[in-house]
Amino acid sequence: METTAAAQSEFKDGLAAGTGIAIGYVPAAITYGLLAKSAGLTFIETMSLSIFVFAGAAQYIALSLITIGTGIFEIVLTTFILNIRHFLMSAALSEKTEEEPIWKKAAYSFGVTDETFSVAAMKSGSIHSSFMAGLILISYSSWVLGSGLGYVAGNAMPPVVQESMGIALYAMFIGLLVPSLKTSLKAVLLAATAAILNCIFTYSGALSSGWAIIISTLIASISVEMAGRAREKGGIE
Amino acid sequence: MSMTMTAIVLGMTVVTYIPRMLPFVLLKGKELPSFWQSILQNVPYATLGALIFPSILTFHEDPSFALIGAAAAFLIAFTGANIIITVLGSIGILTVLSLFL
Repeated sequence: METTAAAQSEFKDGLAAGTGIAIGYVPAAITYGLLAKSAGLTFIETMSLSIFVFAGAAQYIALSLITIGTGIFEIVLTTFILNIRHFLMSAALSEKTEEEPIWKKAAYSFGVTDETFSVAAMKSGSIHSSFMAGLILISYSSWVLGSGLGYVAGNAMPPVVQESMGIALYAMFIGLLVPSLKTSLKAVLLAATAAILNCIFTYSGALSSGWAIIISTLIASISVEMAGRAREKGGIE
Repeated sequence: MSMTMTAIVLGMTVVTYIPRMLPFVLLKGKELPSFWQSILQNVPYATLGALIFPSILTFHEDPSFALIGAAAAFLIAFTGANIIITVLGSIGILTVLSLFL
């Protein structure tokens, strides 16, 4: 184990960077706990999904599929399709990681979610495993504890606050994006293109939400890059 | 835990972990062509756009409530505030708003 001051400071940075995620996960986790209870899951089953899967959208969808009596294979396949987008996110993160033993990366990759990915990807500089450990620990704790809280005593929080807290994760995404939008036209184009494509795919019903995010992200990333390069070439000639 | 639930938890765990883990293991020490490196550097910005829209419009039954929250977050972030302030500020503004509506 590394116990150097540098690693400790990375860990603390990770905890601090994950605080926004932890706040955002609370209402989502409480809702999940409530839904799991109403879907007839036991406390152990509810917690097992949060502890081992740690993927909010997949857990919600699994609950609705369990409720309507869907088979095991279809639930697992749906989860896979929904979460294959993390492949793309991990690939993007792996470009930024520091040289470290592969087991450390394999360990922290468990905690790659839309939110931890976004925070790690927008971090300046390279990514250290201690940073990821802090980031994931605080996010994961919030998700697991919130799930249990939702199951046991979900209605304790005032409904007004519960409703408003639904904005938390989106506010975080916006907060992560805005500093780049201020300085980079490319970032604006990337985010806008992907957002528009995802709206089209989602509202047309052409793709499930998991695939819609992957395909819009890929098309936006590739087309903006190609347009940029074509323009650069044109400028030189 | 029932056999069915055990199988569901196990299956979901495996198919969620594998896509998260594989790129870190497969891409280790490999230099991708510069075009693909650029694509991967573009991914975070595009992903954020796709994560925000359209699902932000559906977190609340009233889309204008969601849009006010989004505008609040955007303005707070635009002033250079850090993420926590942006998150708490947006929650606060929406809470105050819904108390008065």
